Amino acid sequence: MTLAVLILALFASIFAGTKWSDASTTPGLALDLEGGTQIILTPVATEGKVTDETITQAINVIRQRVDSSGVTEAEITSQGNNIVVGLPGTPSDETLDLVRKSAQMRFRPVLTVGAPTPVESTETETPAEPETPVTPANPSDLAQITPAIQAEFDALDCTDPANLTGGLGDDPDAPLVTCADDGTAKYILGPVEIEGTEISNASSGMGTTAQGVSTGQWVVNLEFNKAGTEAFEVVTDRLFSLPAPQNAFALVLDGLVISAPSANAVITDGKAEISGSFTRESAALLANQLNFGSLPLTFEVQSEQQISATLGSEQLEKGLIAGAIGLLLVVIYSLFQYRALGLVTVASLGIAAVLTFGVILLLSWTIGYRLSLPGVAGIIVAIGITADSFIVYFERIRDELRDGRTLNSAVEKGWDRARRTILASDAVNFLAAVVLYFLAVGGVRGFAFTLGLTTLIDLIVVFMFTHPVMQLLARTKFFANGHPASGLDPRRLGATTRYAGRGRVARPGTQDASGTSDAAVTDAPVDEPFGSPTREKVGAGASLSGATTGDSGRMTIAERRAAARRAAQDSGSTTDSSTEGDKNEENR
Amino acid sequence: MAQGFAQWGNDLYTGRKSYQIVGHRRRFYIVAIVMVVLSFGVLLTKGFNLGIDFRGGSEFVVSNVSDTSQQPAIDAVAEVAPDEVPRVTSVGGSAVRVQTDRLTADEVTEVRDALAGAYSVTEDDVTTAFIGPSWGKDVSQKAITGLIVFLVLVGLVMTIYFRNWRMAAAALIALFHDLIITVGIYAAIGWEVTPATVIGFLTILGYSIYDTVVVFDKVRENTRGVLDQTRSTYAERANLAVNQTLVRSINTSVVALLPVSAILFIGAFLLGAGTLRDISLALFVGMAVGAYSSIFLATPLEVSLREREPAIKEHTQKVLDKRAALVADAARSTDDVSRDAALAAAGVQGSGQLLPGAHQGNKAQPRRKRGH
Repeated sequence: MTLAVLILALFASIFAGTKWSDASTTPGLALDLEGGTQIILTPVATEGKVTDETITQAINVIRQRVDSSGVTEAEITSQGNNIVVGLPGTPSDETLDLVRKSAQMRFRPVLTVGAPTPVESTETETPAEPETPVTPANPSDLAQITPAIQAEFDALDCTDPANLTGGLGDDPDAPLVTCADDGTAKYILGPVEIEGTEISNASSGMGTTAQGVSTGQWVVNLEFNKAGTEAFEVVTDRLFSLPAPQNAFALVLDGLVISAPSANAVITDGKAEISGSFTRESAALLANQLNFGSLPLTFEVQSEQQISATLGSEQLEKGLIAGAIGLLLVVIYSLFQYRALGLVTVASLGIAAVLTFGVILLLSWTIGYRLSLPGVAGIIVAIGITADSFIVYFERIRDELRDGRTLNSAVEKGWDRARRTILASDAVNFLAAVVLYFLAVGGVRGFAFTLGLTTLIDLIVVFMFTHPVMQLLARTKFFANGHPASGLDPRRLGATTRYAGRGRVARPGTQDASGTSDAAVTDAPVDEPFGSPTREKVGAGASLSGATTGDSGRMTIAERRAAARRAAQDSGSTTDSSTEGDKNEENR
Repeated sequence: MAQGFAQWGNDLYTGRKSYQIVGHRRRFYIVAIVMVVLSFGVLLTKGFNLGIDFRGGSEFVVSNVSDTSQQPAIDAVAEVAPDEVPRVTSVGGSAVRVQTDRLTADEVTEVRDALAGAYSVTEDDVTTAFIGPSWGKDVSQKAITGLIVFLVLVGLVMTIYFRNWRMAAAALIALFHDLIITVGIYAAIGWEVTPATVIGFLTILGYSIYDTVVVFDKVRENTRGVLDQTRSTYAERANLAVNQTLVRSINTSVVALLPVSAILFIGAFLLGAGTLRDISLALFVGMAVGAYSSIFLATPLEVSLREREPAIKEHTQKVLDKRAALVADAARSTDDVSRDAALAAAGVQGSGQLLPGAHQGNKAQPRRKRGH
């Protein structure tokens, strides 16, 4: 029931998604199957040193940023000094920013703020003073505004888009004249006080006021590491007492001021919030960029082209055919092995397939999951792992039947034990998936995601479908009476007589349709058929696994009987049946 | 045959038929050691045939083509380097990108000429470049870090779940065995190692441990309270567990291997080299080795390790002494009945799984039927 609701909910949401949003009824495919966009990035030549090392470093940062923005498997390679990024689908501007923006964050104190338009220098007298290097008392010292800097500030036009592109290469120890990133103000800033590398964690979210009420604005929350926290405390302590606008500090991203909040208090916990004109996407983008550090270089997009799938389309097609053949073989084998019970396997696998498909659709819509060919192979392999749960379960039921239980109690007892095994082994698989997902990058990460997904689906199917179905089936006549085609025929499973107490034994396979133990009870001793000569007849009835079995003696009942029988044959004396019954009693 | 298989399963369960897997463990250790050494040998002498994703390679871009189909490029590359499996991608509407393994300077020129010919463009329209690996050192580094963390965690989880570190140790040793042999066989076959292969190897990790956990769960169940009885030793109980899960192991392995062999067959014979072939070979070998090791290596190893525990060592000795005493008794005994009894008791060899009795109280009573 729960499962039906679950599946309905899953597909209803996908259907709703296709109707009112951009979900689709086919899963998104990764670069290798569908193609995508190839972006060639060239480092901007003027800034920084372009070496193999910086390129590798840049690839690393880009990969981390792309990975954390969803489960897309990007292909990132170097080509000389260029970086080639292959992304599935058509990347949005945000994604492009993700790969090309350096995202170097610096914190500078504000010295002056002005309107964005250039100001005609009113002071006609040109700076006559000699350019002596000023040694400021602290980074907020206004003495740093030399006439040259003032002139630069006056001339700066922040309404000109050319001045809003930003860039690297500002000297961290010198004052900086720059614009706000939206062109609404211009600033003179003091030297860098805190570097972006001191940020230990960045996240985006809704801003809250001091009272904890949501402001409805998207913000980026920063947490500094220890050194950063100390520096931040010193800065806010100093700025706190200064008059406006000097009590503000600017957050400078790639040379542009994205926000210049004023320090209203001394902040000692190393937490800061950047508010500005963020949308949900841009806040998430900035948090993502800050988290993985800045690129050592700024890149410009040299070309952006559609590329076709790296693997031929016949690969996916043949892969799916292979999967279908594999599934068919599994079905045939399980029908052969488990007869009608195999149908339960088939139905469970079917449910698992439907669930997997649904979840993949849902994920490719919500978090941009894309299926690559290794992912497809992983799902095909999952058939085996999922089927194993059923096999473990069925074998347990059979074991219990062999011990002479009725089907009903065999299903319950077998489930008790199989559940533990299934949980333990799936936990291992899930652990592997989680660890690889969080620690690895690129293709391994996509694979880990698929693995974790199929493991969870396996659990859902076993718990919510296979077991309830078995409980229902155990009540049907066909299974409970152990029809030879049911796969649960106690006679074929070699179930032996079970001791029913008071010197009587129950013969298996004779319970009624409701599955209650209305076992035919015969008087002991039963004439036990002699096994074939090659097999030593050691009573399975005595090997009741589980704690309910009582046996503190040396011999099993069957052994004792065998011994007694042999003794009877040898000596010609008969063993009294009641004696044997007594022995049985002792053994309970 | 199904009848026979079911009967066989029954016999294994009851212990009428029992394979002395734990008893002959030295044999399996020797096989395992030989296989691991051979795998190392292959790895050291032959090494991996690393693909373009790991080593980088050559890239050709043919621009101004009228037809962006992939086949001409594949044929052109095959002329120059027959073993090469190029990756051909169309870029934009009028260019084709061809990536191959790193070629020598001469080969690069030849391929360029061949490509120009195949797409009927001038040589100037074909640009060449070396490209770096998309699966760089850092990616491998991260994957290995993940692997180590996984192994440590899995060791911890198993130690907690089985409440015994020796079981976890045995499972991890079996895992290394699986991994090394799988990698060795892959290297011996000599197919190119691609990211798909590595993903296949990683899947083996999970699968091998998974398989071992299932078998160990049964071992633990069978050996519960083993010290409270003197009928069978720890090793015999464990051996019974392996035998009892044998049918499960066979069924599981067949079910898991069927889809993989379907991919392998189609991948290798119909598609030739490619992602599907690489991943399915890694999986096929790994799953087969994993199934083998969960039966023939993990449990024997576990028994060897556990028998070092003083309590179990002492218990084993006690059981064996008792048994020897019974046999001696039987030899002395003139009475057939008691001789039989003694021999039966002495000769059980761990068949049947008896647990010492415990009073169940009202749990021994039949359960009241719930009304329906």
